Amino acid sequence: MTAHKTLEVGGLEPPTEYHPSVWQREREAYRRRQTFRSFVIATISTAVVGVTLVLVITGSPGWERVKQTFFNAEVALDALPAVAEGLWLNLRLLVGCAIGALTVGLLTALARTLRGPVFFPLRALATLYTYGFRGAPLIIVLYLLVFGVPGLRLSGTPSVLVLGGIALVITYGAYLAEVFRAGIESIHPSQVAAARSLGLTYRQTMRHVVLPQAIRRVSPPLLNDMVALQKDVGLISLAGPIDAIRAAQIETAQSYNFTPYVVAGVLFILLAIPLIAVTDWVTLRAARRQSAEGAR
Amino acid sequence: MFLPRPARVAAAVSLAVALSAVTACAPADESDDEPDTSASGSECSPENLQTKRDGILTIGTDSPAYPPWFIDNDPSNGQGFESAVAYAVAEELGFSEDQVEWITVTFNNAIAPGPKDFDFDINQFSITEERRNAVDFSSPYYDVRQAVITVETSPIAGATTLAELADARLGAQVGTTSYQAITDLIQPNVEPSVFNTNDDARQALENGTIDGLVVDLPTAFYMTSAELTNGIIVGQLPPLDGQQEQFGLVLDLNSPLTDCVSQAVDALRENGTLAELEERWLGQTAGAPELT
Repeated sequence: MTAHKTLEVGGLEPPTEYHPSVWQREREAYRRRQTFRSFVIATISTAVVGVTLVLVITGSPGWERVKQTFFNAEVALDALPAVAEGLWLNLRLLVGCAIGALTVGLLTALARTLRGPVFFPLRALATLYTYGFRGAPLIIVLYLLVFGVPGLRLSGTPSVLVLGGIALVITYGAYLAEVFRAGIESIHPSQVAAARSLGLTYRQTMRHVVLPQAIRRVSPPLLNDMVALQKDVGLISLAGPIDAIRAAQIETAQSYNFTPYVVAGVLFILLAIPLIAVTDWVTLRAARRQSAEGAR
Repeated sequence: MFLPRPARVAAAVSLAVALSAVTACAPADESDDEPDTSASGSECSPENLQTKRDGILTIGTDSPAYPPWFIDNDPSNGQGFESAVAYAVAEELGFSEDQVEWITVTFNNAIAPGPKDFDFDINQFSITEERRNAVDFSSPYYDVRQAVITVETSPIAGATTLAELADARLGAQVGTTSYQAITDLIQPNVEPSVFNTNDDARQALENGTIDGLVVDLPTAFYMTSAELTNGIIVGQLPPLDGQQEQFGLVLDLNSPLTDCVSQAVDALRENGTLAELEERWLGQTAGAPELT
């Protein structure tokens, strides 16, 4: 009430308590009704879709057999240790290949964005590499490396696991190079000009001005490629090592029951969830930073 | 979705209609699948057999189809052991050669629960009790042994016992009992390698990324004589769990044809046809050393 008084002293109209007008109250009531209505409609339609799907699937003539073949708890338990052991190989490969591919990608992108005529051969090589290996199917590259290279019978040929890893790094490096390049080229030229006019060398400009912004900007697509890589590392199994999917395939061949594949699928999803969550979080943070905070 | 109200209602209605249409469709399939019990068992003539197509026997196998089971990747030429057996079974059932149709069926399609496109599938399927939960098997048409093959330069060339294979890097094709023979019988200290096909495995053997390859005995003879340079058979493995491994024809689970096909296979064994075909196409498989 003191505020009241002060204002009175100021000779202003005392602010009355807020009474929404009749029209405003009607508007609010209407909005509440609409919200409630939307909620009810959404609930009903979700329930209808859900119940119908359940009825269609469980009521189908082959459901019992599909359930036995794909969702058999006993088979799942039997297969779990082998599949999990395979997944461990996927994980180790993922970490190794991710580091390798990010390095190759970044170096290639830097080579492609070099200016100056003297660097033409490097630029041309980097361009050829990204053109070639983004087009080449991963499985063909794998075949060439894991079956072709050991065939040369050179001494000191690494194991097929390493060779397969190299195939993955080469292929994914080409994709990542283009993502990095997109990031580097999205930084406005005035940034580079400003940095150079402050006396920074080309290398310092890249290191302290361009790359920090560029990488932040492309981190969502980079993480996206990491999630894709996570699923593709398993292709190495064609060379002999047993990954999660291969382990599931072996179990399936023994019992003619497909449940081990479902087990592997679930494990892959569980493995991907943290990575996807990080991707989302990074995207959100980048968006907040780039737009004026609080503007949305 | 921020649709104006009438549009929203319309969308909801059409969704409901579409879904009810789906529901209405689903049970309709049932009538196709229902086995007509009247013709099963005793009457095994083409007129009474419930084949996929009337008067046609549809036989499945994978492509490529490998020797000595099939020759020239053409199952319909009657050459190769399994092609010959398939035609013999067809004849026994009363189908002439031109009433037999071959289709390509991959391993996964043969064992998947969905409707099958074939009447039976012949592709070196080993009969196990566990697998009977998913498919029907006919009576066995071939008793098979597994064998270890390698190249002359390999460290396991000349091995005579299972113990000598303990430190070998062994490989097998995925989904085969050959792989089970490695893990259950040889139990090597190095994790075995698994390949999509025997072709890939053979390449790995030639490259020296594996020391030996386990395949079934007829394939072992074929690969070492026709495909591998300096290929040798190390020896054949004892049967797993002391049980003779056998190949059977694969049919859909509870197929109305299983009994008739089994009777046909039994008849072919009794009248000596199977032994004759085995002699003709797999004749050279005698005399591989036994690994103990």
